[in-house]
Amino acid sequence: MIEAHQLTKRYGEKTAVDGLDFTVRPGAVTGFLGPNGAGKSTTMRMIVGLDAPTSGSVRVNGRRYAEHAAPLQEVGALLEAKSIHPGRSAFNHLMAQAHTHGIPRRRVEEVIELTGLQSVARKRAGAFSLGMGQRLGIAAALLGDPATVMLDEPVNGLDPEGVLWIRNLLTSLAAEGRTVFVSSHLMSEVSLVADHLIIVGRGKLLADTTVQELVQQAGGDVVKVASADPARLRSLLAGPGVEITGRTGSEELLVAGRTAREIGLTAAEHGIAVFELTPRTVSLEEAFMDLTRDAVEYHGTTTTTETTRNAA
Amino acid sequence: MSTVAPSQTSSTPTELRTARPAYKVTAARVLRSEWAKLWSLRSTWITLGLALVFLVAFGLIAAFHFKSRITSGGPMDRDLADASTLSLSLFGTNFAQLALGVLGVLVAAGEYSTGMIRSTLAAVPRRLPVLWSKAAVYGLIALVLATVGVFVAFSADSGILSGTKAALTLSDTGVVRGLLGAGLYLGLVGVIGVALGALLRSVAGGIAVLVASLMLIPGLTSLLPTSWQSHITPYLPSHAGEAMFILHHDATTLSPTAGLLVFLGWTVLALAGAAVRLLRTDA
Repeated sequence: MIEAHQLTKRYGEKTAVDGLDFTVRPGAVTGFLGPNGAGKSTTMRMIVGLDAPTSGSVRVNGRRYAEHAAPLQEVGALLEAKSIHPGRSAFNHLMAQAHTHGIPRRRVEEVIELTGLQSVARKRAGAFSLGMGQRLGIAAALLGDPATVMLDEPVNGLDPEGVLWIRNLLTSLAAEGRTVFVSSHLMSEVSLVADHLIIVGRGKLLADTTVQELVQQAGGDVVKVASADPARLRSLLAGPGVEITGRTGSEELLVAGRTAREIGLTAAEHGIAVFELTPRTVSLEEAFMDLTRDAVEYHGTTTTTETTRNAA
Repeated sequence: MSTVAPSQTSSTPTELRTARPAYKVTAARVLRSEWAKLWSLRSTWITLGLALVFLVAFGLIAAFHFKSRITSGGPMDRDLADASTLSLSLFGTNFAQLALGVLGVLVAAGEYSTGMIRSTLAAVPRRLPVLWSKAAVYGLIALVLATVGVFVAFSADSGILSGTKAALTLSDTGVVRGLLGAGLYLGLVGVIGVALGALLRSVAGGIAVLVASLMLIPGLTSLLPTSWQSHITPYLPSHAGEAMFILHHDATTLSPTAGLLVFLGWTVLALAGAAVRLLRTDA
């Protein structure tokens, strides 16, 4: 459980995190989304006490992180990939972390095996590839068997097999009742594992929602229907929870809240000729970009937003 | 795929908590961790080895040089004129203090330059135990190594120099005090290195300040008016430290005890600065 209350971090003039309020609950994977520079990493650093909030507070399992007797057992965090000394072996790095909490050597060997680092555990961590370094960071995060697991951009630098491994790991951690908090700037990646979403932009909370809610907010799944008599079809389809849009003079309607099958049957029943019936799913990526468009720090000259929209 | 904690069978958060072992951060465990961290880096072994070689080898070279001047009957260098076995065997401390001080800086500042500090402070978020443990572990290692080094250098030198006017043995007044003082001085230089590294969070900056305060500033005091010199010079880290291990003290030097106290004062000052920075500044 992570509870942020009016969490704020300022660096001089620049406000990196601006009055964030959110709760991350156990037993689920919560995605922490936002464009680059939205304040995700700063928030995560404040959760484990590396940065002190300018104002507001953040609690982990009811207390400030530093107040816990065994911090690594409360939160296991993967922050920037390289939080290691390159001259130390992976095993010695994990062992040094384990010593501070009295975590037995057996557990160190366990997380090495879990992350598939057996063959390189005795090598200097500085010689690791990006993916290996990421696995070592995850091993360190899991070392204390933590109730809350927090990973900053965990799939960075991982190959497809590694990405799949992370997805399964996150899901199984949440199934064990742990709080799982994962940041990413890629909606497509997070939507595959996350139940809950916390979306930020320029340090501000943009949405605290679920994947389904976000899709609905963005217009939900709609069906495009072109027919001979759109006005009559419109009145036939109307009902509670159904939203229909269409321009006058156009034979096209956009229907939300009815399936293509229902629309087709209704039209046939009343003898209305249908020329086109297309279910359209709003991509999460689109919904996310709609939400964060104003909060993106650095726009390219041809923005990706436009490209995706035209293509869609 | 194996589960994260095989012992767990429950999926509810409450039972998750009770089923887990009770870990706890203690001062002794942080010490243990810092001990393990220190010895698991190759640079530790190399630099400590270098410091030991400096102490013993330079002590021997100084003794042989002195002996050859006597036997050849040639003119004696002025700084060798009143040399003793003690001063000759401690000839290497100047070089050893660089090695030990620099390693101290690396122990602390190296964590910042590599990013290791994030792991360290995530494990010990109260932070201060990390600084105390680093200083204690490394200070003790430097102390033991330096003490062994100077005693080895002295016993070798006393064999070389027996029968000359510089001859001294361990039973002579002030010799054991001087050797222990040199060991203690070098141990504290290690602690100061750790403190400077933690204070400045930069390997280059830490080494620069260390070298400046131990080697450059003493030279600069000769630019001061003479009346000031006598009031300031004895209290500088290098001179106060030297008072701990030189044989003869006069009006321009502190007594060994006063030297120790002043040098301890500098050490405490550096550590206090490091502690404040560690607590106040984001890692």
